[in-house]
Amino acid sequence: MTEKKKTTIVLLSGDYDKAMAAYIIANGAAAYDHEVTIFHTFWGLNALRKDESILVKKGFMEKMFAKMMPRGADKMGLSRMNFAGIGPKLIKNVMKKHNAIPLPQLIEMAQEQDVKLIACTMTMDLLGLQEEELLDNIEYAGVAAYLAEAEDGNVNLFI
Amino acid sequence: MNVARVVDAKGLACPMPIVKTKKAMNELESGQVLEIHTTDKGAKNDLTAWAKSSGHELLDYEEEAEVLKFRMKKG
Repeated sequence: MTEKKKTTIVLLSGDYDKAMAAYIIANGAAAYDHEVTIFHTFWGLNALRKDESILVKKGFMEKMFAKMMPRGADKMGLSRMNFAGIGPKLIKNVMKKHNAIPLPQLIEMAQEQDVKLIACTMTMDLLGLQEEELLDNIEYAGVAAYLAEAEDGNVNLFI
Repeated sequence: MNVARVVDAKGLACPMPIVKTKKAMNELESGQVLEIHTTDKGAKNDLTAWAKSSGHELLDYEEEAEVLKFRMKKG
């Protein structure tokens, strides 16, 4: 086949439903043989957090951020009907019934399909997130790296 | 028709049918036929579009007791 098409997604949202949409599209695009990149910034970075607590040196504000943000994809809330955390439990039950893939597995599958996961380093600094706290085998970059992928991209989404 | 391989995606939701189809297709030789079983209602449009874009040929499609069966020839 001719040169591979590219899909780039910016994931700014830290909501379970929005991240799920991003990762379903990413996995679909990978199945379309696209070169897929998800650029995680701001709250979207939480999708890349490991779920265990990792000891890193942080200032007061950074510690507060770390406490208040979801630690990993599975702990994210819903953008609507979150009901103080009951919403995600309900939706996960419904998803199980319909055989929909939970977000952590979608992320795993994306990595297996060679979807490039990028963490925005500028917002990592703002939120006080460090490389040790994020998943292995991801890349770290800024706006230029994203644009380099996006400028010859065929599908480009901001979620 | 000789079916080289069958993908069972019954009960699986989007995006699994397409992901599994793609995986299986990778392991086939050009000209071999893949059969896909799914219960996902979106699969007809999904697989048709995917086959077209990926250069495979959707040979036929039948519905049997809620199971959609597709046969696709690798391009």
